[in-house]
Amino acid sequence: MSVSLLWAVDVYGRVYSLSTGGQQWEQCQDAVLEFKRVTAVQQCCWGIACDHHIYLNVHSSDVPIRYQEETYENQRWNPKDNFSDHLLPSDRWHWSDITGLEHQPLDSFLLPSTNWEWEGDWYIDENFGGEPTEKGGWTYALDFPATYIKDKKWNSCVRRRRWIRYRRYKATDTWAKIPSEGHSGPLPDPFNDISCGGWEISEEPRGRLSLWAVSLQGKVWFREGIHHHSPEGEGWEEVSLPGEVVQISCGPGDLVWAVLWEGQLIVREGITRDCPQGLCWVVVDSPNPEAGAIHVAVGDNVVWAVTKDNKVWFRRGINSHNPCGSGWIGMVGEMVMVNVGLNDQVWGISCVDRAVYFRQGVTSSELSGKAWKAVNVPRDGDIRSHSSASISKGGPQRAVLEVGTCPSSPPPEPPPIDPDVPKPRIPKVTSDSFISEMLSDRQVKQEAATTASPSIPEEEVWSNVDLEETQTHLAVGLSSVATYTLCQGEPYGADEHPLWAWVSGGGCGVNFWTLLSLPALASSVQSMSLSISPAQTAAWRKQIFEQLSERSKREMDHFKHYEQSVWVKKGAMQWWRDWKPHKWVDVRFALEQFSGPEGNQDGILFLYYNFNEEKKYLHAFINEVTILVPVLNDSKHTFAIYTAERTKQRWPIRLAAATELALLSVSCCDSRGIQGPPSKQAIWSVTCKGDIFVCEPSPSLEACPYPTPCDQMFWRQVGGHLRLVECNSLGVVWGVGYDHTAWVYTGYGGGFFQDNIFTQTDVKCVYIYENQRWNPVTGYTNRGLPTDRYMWSDATGLQECTKANAKPPSPHWTWVADWTIDYGISGGTDREGWQYAADFPRSYHGHKTLKDFVRRRRWARKCKLTTTGPWQEVPPIPLSDVTIVLCGAQSSVEPIPLWAISNKGDVLCRLGVTLLTPAGTSWLHVGTDQPFKSISIGGANQVWAIARDGSAFYRGSVSSESPAGDCWYHIPCPERQKLQQVSVGRTSVYTVDQNGNLWFRQGLTPSYPQGSSWEHICNNVRKVSVGPLDQVWIIADKVQGSHSLSCGTVCHRLGVQPMEPKGQSWDYGIGGGWDHITVRGNSIEAPRVRMPSLTPSLTSSLTDPLRPPPPRSLLPVMITEMENGNAVRC
Amino acid sequence: MADDKDVLRDVWFGRIPTCFTLYQDEITEREAEPFYLLLPRVSFLTLVTDKVKKHFLKVMKAEDVEEMWFDFEGTPLKWHYPIGLLFDLHASNTALPWSITVHFKNFPERDLLHCPSNSVIEAHFMSSIKEADALKHKSQVINDMQKKDHKQLWMGLQNDKFDQFWAMNRKLMEYPTEEGGFRYIPFRIYLTMSDRPFIQKLFRPISSDGYTHTLGDLLKEVYPVAISSDDESKRYQVVIHGIEPLLETPLQWLSEHLSHPDNFLHISVIPAPSD
Repeated sequence: MSVSLLWAVDVYGRVYSLSTGGQQWEQCQDAVLEFKRVTAVQQCCWGIACDHHIYLNVHSSDVPIRYQEETYENQRWNPKDNFSDHLLPSDRWHWSDITGLEHQPLDSFLLPSTNWEWEGDWYIDENFGGEPTEKGGWTYALDFPATYIKDKKWNSCVRRRRWIRYRRYKATDTWAKIPSEGHSGPLPDPFNDISCGGWEISEEPRGRLSLWAVSLQGKVWFREGIHHHSPEGEGWEEVSLPGEVVQISCGPGDLVWAVLWEGQLIVREGITRDCPQGLCWVVVDSPNPEAGAIHVAVGDNVVWAVTKDNKVWFRRGINSHNPCGSGWIGMVGEMVMVNVGLNDQVWGISCVDRAVYFRQGVTSSELSGKAWKAVNVPRDGDIRSHSSASISKGGPQRAVLEVGTCPSSPPPEPPPIDPDVPKPRIPKVTSDSFISEMLSDRQVKQEAATTASPSIPEEEVWSNVDLEETQTHLAVGLSSVATYTLCQGEPYGADEHPLWAWVSGGGCGVNFWTLLSLPALASSVQSMSLSISPAQTAAWRKQIFEQLSERSKREMDHFKHYEQSVWVKKGAMQWWRDWKPHKWVDVRFALEQFSGPEGNQDGILFLYYNFNEEKKYLHAFINEVTILVPVLNDSKHTFAIYTAERTKQRWPIRLAAATELALLSVSCCDSRGIQGPPSKQAIWSVTCKGDIFVCEPSPSLEACPYPTPCDQMFWRQVGGHLRLVECNSLGVVWGVGYDHTAWVYTGYGGGFFQDNIFTQTDVKCVYIYENQRWNPVTGYTNRGLPTDRYMWSDATGLQECTKANAKPPSPHWTWVADWTIDYGISGGTDREGWQYAADFPRSYHGHKTLKDFVRRRRWARKCKLTTTGPWQEVPPIPLSDVTIVLCGAQSSVEPIPLWAISNKGDVLCRLGVTLLTPAGTSWLHVGTDQPFKSISIGGANQVWAIARDGSAFYRGSVSSESPAGDCWYHIPCPERQKLQQVSVGRTSVYTVDQNGNLWFRQGLTPSYPQGSSWEHICNNVRKVSVGPLDQVWIIADKVQGSHSLSCGTVCHRLGVQPMEPKGQSWDYGIGGGWDHITVRGNSIEAPRVRMPSLTPSLTSSLTDPLRPPPPRSLLPVMITEMENGNAVRC
Repeated sequence: MADDKDVLRDVWFGRIPTCFTLYQDEITEREAEPFYLLLPRVSFLTLVTDKVKKHFLKVMKAEDVEEMWFDFEGTPLKWHYPIGLLFDLHASNTALPWSITVHFKNFPERDLLHCPSNSVIEAHFMSSIKEADALKHKSQVINDMQKKDHKQLWMGLQNDKFDQFWAMNRKLMEYPTEEGGFRYIPFRIYLTMSDRPFIQKLFRPISSDGYTHTLGDLLKEVYPVAISSDDESKRYQVVIHGIEPLLETPLQWLSEHLSHPDNFLHISVIPAPSD
């Protein structure tokens, strides 16, 4: 989770935020306004200021919020004017939208509010469905409306072109006023409460939010049209109510609860993706019939409430099917308000000391948590005034987030007012709990207020014009609101701890574990005090060192010839047996480890099994193992052991064991003497399971004609979980997770104290399909034909997958959410998520036609993996691709070009990446007219990219002076192919299209870097990586081994030479089950070998170059469709 | 001067040359050769003597073999004490190699625990670590670890993987800066001359007024006899990992660097050799 903010308002209306990466409350810069309440989500914070207007504070981001306006210019041909603006009377407007129905001249486009600005002027779009058009951007057709083509024909009578212009949201990191206007003019009364959430109701890319507001008269309003491109929303819609509401709370999903004046609660039902404001209310009684509810807070699956007596309650039995829950549980602690943030974490403000508290121990299995802990963090203003005090106390000078226990009993009575203390100020009333409290105990409190008032000088009374306005609205017996004093004259000097009025954790991405690792807290836990103390020189220390070395001499030096204890590890495993029917069988194993003659560790793994009642065993020499790779299995920890021979067979030893993988991995590295971090030249690869491997390239890996065979490469695993990894030969390595989080490699801790090992999480979805068939009697039902697929299945329909039996991909993953309908599937869906087709399995579309007899919809369920690895997150922008320049910078401060594509398709250029700061500092957004999906930067700053529509682009004028270049050149695709991925080497440019074809760009010259045409190399390719030597490596599908066929296989192009950049044939390496490879770090030139026939004497000194390459099954990549039978199942 | 990390390595890689001889009364088919082995100081006897057992079983009939156990000069060796401790306690000032007698009969039920499998050693080892963390961090660190982390500690010891072990164990050695050390130091003091197996008390690394406790302070508090006054000759040796740290050595440092993998500081108090 990236750095995120906890927001709070103190009793004076000052807004503060506490960053999960920070150590103090930072006061919000816009200090002009005082606020009553705030409600935060990750990307922004909404607030009600004391003028009762609603303000929006959008956090700035390296990727601006920009919206593309478009309009079409239409023309018709006539013999006199040729193509002209003279259209027929029956034609569309000269300027129109895409359908031609709306009149849209350029000057009709206005900025939605003063918070927006235009990025530039209107310009013509010259990209037509991935193909570049002629200058002018015209597309031609026979008539409106019709199919447009990019070339003018003899019968083209009309033409049109698209104009685009971007507007940008500019009011970031400041409070922008939201006009309080409904559908019919200004709203009748000002706002009193606000709650933002609902981002989980619809799928992420749109970024839709729900904003609920309560007016002073108790009406509820829903803000429409808030989404990523429209952060302010469009307008207010009133929501009908069964009573008057005082406060409302909206969770990330479909939970919305509100509190009525009378103390009951109401729950919104019928909230769906299509109807985010819901349909109706259901009333739930207050937890305590004596004391009505005054406050409610909801999260994903939880509801917390506070009653008038400040008691805190937890609602039992809340889930997606039952938003009302089943009963209340009283909690310890007295709070004025509570707020539920991300991950159902709970924040509150104690009514005892007005401090912000965090509910400790809230986990998905224990949503009510364990105890309240105070968040004692200084405010930015306090630090200065307190610094001297803290030093004199000898305490740590760094601010520390102390977590203390909530006082369960009220504190001692406030001391009587001392005339010497600074004059008391009356805090502003910001919490409704007080208002409600007063409603019930109006008499008492009014007395309290009146008795308190005289003791306070008139001018000190906090007053505000708008608040007086409040009084007029609340004239019915509520005139005491403004003069009610918080704690009856308790002094609030500058040195007092902050008094909070409101807290919002909706944007704060902590869970219990990360809270403990907040820098504020973590800084107080020092790692071992190694080698920093003055003890370095102490006599006792010297004595210990001397004695230890004496001891070694005494006990070991003369006994070196003794045998070391042989470490024999024995145990039970399961083995995927070699003969049919294949199944897991229990076997005994023994790993014998011994020290070799030169002190190197070696070992043998034995597996003892029975074959036809006969005892047999299988063994593997540890130093022959080329890789140990975890294999996906939803119930067991399984892994495969490959040797070069078994890679050729595509048939590894497959084992299931809980812990032995780590031991074997260490043994393999020991036996090969590999230690420490991977070199800068390392080749990185990622399996389809997300496991990361590195291989140290041998100098002859790229040798010609006899390179190291690919199947002899030794791969070792690096911690972490990624979808792709990219590197360069300077040792800068970045990765992208399945959840699109960007990670930077921190330098493998390797040995001893693994200083660079961090927690890493990843999230992905498991998908299942619900299939239905239409019949004339009952319509669509889940009763299919006998020949049909399972009514709940995987994508192929061959495997039954129900909601109940589907499991996370492996035991490392845990479910983090419930099943939801996936509307984002390609082909589109209807409102209920269904896709229709004539029959299974066909291509599906998102609307029902008369020819459709079957339909399906996809259900998704999120699961999460927590692991550790040498990776640190690069927040906050999620990425879908990344590339690092091949070579270049040599000094440690010289910038290293790094480009990326965000998960929304924005092209980004990273600034500040150097050898010392591989994470860089910020993103520079590079404008494009459409979303992109793949990017690569090669030698001499050649940047190539692929757009989501499959077209290729070359970025012009990229240099160290102009790291982002100046413009995009549109490169036509290979005939009838949509490109998918690009990789640029020193000079070579390779792309892969959506049908798995590998293409080489012909005709690249320094003066014409765009090249001339695409040349087909081969098919069945998934990914390509071109390195600094122009070496070409791919992930290929359908590689035939002697025992099995593999998909996702690492392959190496042989015969690539400067004059022959396309190479000749493929050599097959590890796989299947591989998803990604990058060879962009390997710049080791092979030793020059002249042909042996010419100079036999010279080559004999090199490592047996004369030996002909071993007979290898260089099978052609097969073209025929074959069933997926790869050894490591994806 | 070397780095403090080197102390950890020296401690981990300490080895005691040992000669195993079969007990004379064991029935053998032919004469049993002694078996020589380097025993890791931080490990446990039953964990590293597979080879010893194999060696002697070659000359014995299966029916004559019961659970293997060891003695040194007639004292049965407790497998659940670290090997280095057993050596320091019983054999410090004897000649090397350490001569251990191997038995396959007459298991001394009163003196030794049975060790039917490595899982018993693992359970014992993990319970020591947990007890130590209860003293150091009120169990907070060990409880925050996952099961696989616990496993990593054990596997590190079992397979002699220093890096693997310390990658995890370092977490157990952390403490809040402002505290200056652990809550209590996990230590055990062993005496050869006593009926008590060992002394274990609550003892803080820092006194309430901020004074750093040393090894000497600890002994003064829990076993003052071990410290000889200036005028008399040294009566006892205080041995940890085969060395005698100075009494002014800070206890916190000792706990971080000279603890056994089970996270306890095992201190042997043995009579000084009279020369």
